[in-house]
Amino acid sequence: MDKIQTLTSENGVVVFSKSTCCLCYAVNILFQELGVEPLVHELDHDPDGWEIEKALVNQGCNSPPVPAVFIGGKLVGSTNEVMSLHLRGGLIPLLRPYQTLA
Amino acid sequence: MGIYDPLHHINMWDDTYGCDISPNTGPSLISQVDTRQANKTEYNSQESLGPSSDNQEAKTMSEKLQRRLAQNREAARKSRLRKKAYVQQLETGRLKLAQLEQELERARQQRVYDGLLTTSHGLLSTNVNSGIVSFEIAYDMWVAEQHKKDNELKEMLQSQVSEVELRMLVDSGLNHYYELFQMKANAARSDVFYLMHGLWRTPIERFFQWLGGPRPSELLYMLMPQLEPLTDAQLVSVSTLKHSCRQAEDALSIGMEKLQQTLAQGITIDITGVGSYNSQMTLAMERLEGIENFLNQADHLRQQVLQQMSRILTAHQAAKGLVALGEYFQRLRALNSLWSARFREPTS
Repeated sequence: MDKIQTLTSENGVVVFSKSTCCLCYAVNILFQELGVEPLVHELDHDPDGWEIEKALVNQGCNSPPVPAVFIGGKLVGSTNEVMSLHLRGGLIPLLRPYQTLA
Repeated sequence: MGIYDPLHHINMWDDTYGCDISPNTGPSLISQVDTRQANKTEYNSQESLGPSSDNQEAKTMSEKLQRRLAQNREAARKSRLRKKAYVQQLETGRLKLAQLEQELERARQQRVYDGLLTTSHGLLSTNVNSGIVSFEIAYDMWVAEQHKKDNELKEMLQSQVSEVELRMLVDSGLNHYYELFQMKANAARSDVFYLMHGLWRTPIERFFQWLGGPRPSELLYMLMPQLEPLTDAQLVSVSTLKHSCRQAEDALSIGMEKLQQTLAQGITIDITGVGSYNSQMTLAMERLEGIENFLNQADHLRQQVLQQMSRILTAHQAAKGLVALGEYFQRLRALNSLWSARFREPTS
């Protein structure tokens, strides 16, 4: 989907989220702890949010579709994938180019 | 003297057989004979009277004897009735016992869900949730199975077993823990707060609880000394795992706090009167649905920690780790039993 393509190629770390989703909030907190400030795109504040959500589901992010994390333009996955990656030690290497926070 | 009259003797026997037509003639007859023996002794001690008063004496003695015999028969009859009543009581009691045993088994099957809530909340809930009931039954079986697996692993560690075999046992042990997480996920759909409070666990286990189970980083701290000696590379890997696990836990904890905050704020009375009761409730319901996700993420973290440790360690170390883990939970539960029994009077 175009909007997803645009957002994720222009920004290193993108988290598609919903303002009511506290799990999305948790993932955001983790990224900040790792020195990264992701672009958080709230689907419920986007008029095209419903389209984006459909596209995300098509790409494999379902139950729930958010948070959907993209790093370097590529889909990493939802909370499960992010957590697994981090515990395996694979998240920080991916984030290294985008670490901006002290 | 009259009593030794053979004719008189036969009369006594006639009376006996005349009135006692019952299957219990034997014992009552014996008792009557005994009584008669006593009577004989009694009469023996009496002074023998002169021949002139023999008939008179015989008549009096006969009357007394008749009376005594009648009393005996009556006593025997009452005794038989009492015995019958007693036997009937026993039969009824036996049926009742069988019934109670059946009920007890059924109640045990259904688990003491209400009892658990009484322990933790001091309230007796009449809501018996079938999803939770089946979880509790399954959990009891899971614990028993876990004991077996831990013992099996312990035995294997002490014997000469190949690396491959040991690794297979370790994988089997890990899968058993993953099964528990799946059971919990299913039960969470029935009652998320039951899972949140860890109500199937003992109070001491709940003392250390984090999001419906043990804190994974704490388990790592506990296991580390049991696994020595570790190579330098392994030490680094475990240390990294501990660190990232802790970060993930903190993120989830903060997210959970945010959920609580927004939920509480969301349902408070809006003094501006703008928010409506219905919309507030709807939104609150949505937020509550988020709790299940956090519980699932917590278990996912536990699973990932187990998986990672299994990759970092050798089969032998992993087996030792699983045994130590099982032992740790068993001891927590044993401590709980000791603690809850500490005010009970000794039975010695």
